[in-house]
Amino acid sequence: MPPAIEVRQVCKRFGSLHALTNIDLEIHTGEFFALLGPNGAGKTTLISIIAGLSLATGGSVSVMGHDIITQYQQARRNLGIVPQELVFDAFFTVREILLIQSGYYGIKNNIRWVDEIIERLDLADKADANMRTLSGGMKRRVLVAQALVHKPPVIILDEPTAGVDVELRQTLWDFIKQLNQDGHTIVLTTHYLEEAEALCHRVAMLKEGSIVALDSTQNLIAKMTAAGKSISLRLLPDTLPSSLHALLMNHNNGLVELRIENYAQVESILSSLRSENIQVLEMHLQQPDLEDVFVSIMRNSGNQSK
Amino acid sequence: MTGFLTLLYKELLRFWKVGFQTLLAPMVSTLLYLLVFYHVLERSVDVYPDVAYTIFLIPGLVMMAVIQNAFANSSSSMIQSKISGNIVFVLLSPLSYRAIFFAYILASILRGLLVGLGVYLVTLIFFDVPLQLPLWSLLFVILGSAISGVLGLIAGIWADKFDQLATFQNFIIMPLTFLSGVFYTVHSLPAGWQYLSHLNPFFYMIDGFRYGFFGISDISPYISLLIVAICLIAISVLAIRILKTGYKLRH
Repeated sequence: MPPAIEVRQVCKRFGSLHALTNIDLEIHTGEFFALLGPNGAGKTTLISIIAGLSLATGGSVSVMGHDIITQYQQARRNLGIVPQELVFDAFFTVREILLIQSGYYGIKNNIRWVDEIIERLDLADKADANMRTLSGGMKRRVLVAQALVHKPPVIILDEPTAGVDVELRQTLWDFIKQLNQDGHTIVLTTHYLEEAEALCHRVAMLKEGSIVALDSTQNLIAKMTAAGKSISLRLLPDTLPSSLHALLMNHNNGLVELRIENYAQVESILSSLRSENIQVLEMHLQQPDLEDVFVSIMRNSGNQSK
Repeated sequence: MTGFLTLLYKELLRFWKVGFQTLLAPMVSTLLYLLVFYHVLERSVDVYPDVAYTIFLIPGLVMMAVIQNAFANSSSSMIQSKISGNIVFVLLSPLSYRAIFFAYILASILRGLLVGLGVYLVTLIFFDVPLQLPLWSLLFVILGSAISGVLGLIAGIWADKFDQLATFQNFIIMPLTFLSGVFYTVHSLPAGWQYLSHLNPFFYMIDGFRYGFFGISDISPYISLLIVAICLIAISVLAIRILKTGYKLRH
């Protein structure tokens, strides 16, 4: 079985700006994959290239084994894209839009599936309303629905939850999780790292047009964890016994941060403090999450040569 | 085929839903031209022998309305979709560039023909307009609206902003239609202007279209047909090429 998406040595230049440099990426069928990176890292550019909205300067991309240039029709039939911008056609109603979109994919009489998506995305009340009259969240749902009219095996969502309220975000994720369980490959970009952490099997991090990390979510966090569990303490008096100085990472604003290997050490740290009559006013255990991984990678990968 | 038909249907629905502005308004303004010229010029301009000026004017005005509306349809649909961003829904789909081309052009032709037919039918209430060789007229009105639709598509893809499109419309399409013999026969012009008129492809569309009405034309309808057909093929090749390379649409 070919990979859901295969990106080989893709470059994109806008004049002298290198938006993407030699991107290699293979996303397997059935994966729930996140593309992370700060604004301007090239996430949307990469998605646009996969979708055929933008043409790569070099390299090749295939979707379910179909080259996006030479076999663009098969590639696009296998792909559903939810764009980041809230774009819509003000001339039509929700149901009209979805039936027209079906037609573009060569599907006649798609009313049953369209009504099902409308139902599942909670759009039934607005099915015959003009797109103009819909709220932002509703328009976002229509965009998701539009990407699904042709039941694509691969679905890419470019920041699907940007500017969406908490309730809708939950509904959307439940829906997308369901799609993934039904066998669809899901690729998403998001700024909410906790979402990626909770949902995605694998993560690629982009910085300045290059992939700086590509691994399973668990591995990335495990690497960080090995390097950096810590405990923060506020002490009275604000002095550290000399026996603990070896663990000290940080000491400012009355907050002492100690590096630990495992949680069993917490007990010995506390007993050292007790024996010196130092009171613990405040204590936090810190375990890295994807956000820490992200921040650390973005910081450490430095400014690579252009 | 379903993809092409859907895009065509969408393009037709688009102007149909705002028919007051896209069909009725241009009919009214064309008939106003006719009314004004009829009152002012009926007895003072000589065109063809035995053809009253107003009757001469009618096919010209019909064709002008057809050309302008066919152009307006593809160009405004394209630029609106580009600026509002919803062109991505067409670009993301497996629609072939040929399907996109033919859907836009056919929609333009149909809008042009609807406006032209509307104007013609209204004039029939007041005037006795002959239509001696209807097939010639039909042929030229279809080719003329197609050329206009293709030009509109190219302009709509090329323009980044509405004012660039307006520039194209006001400085190219408008002068070419107004100076193509809508209001006069080129035989009434000084030699230099006659020569210039012959460089204007819109002149052949109108001359050929008028031939279908009166059986008289400034030049042979076969030559006009040939020139119009060559123009259509040339700009169609250009437009299809533009769509294929993704110029201004796929970055």
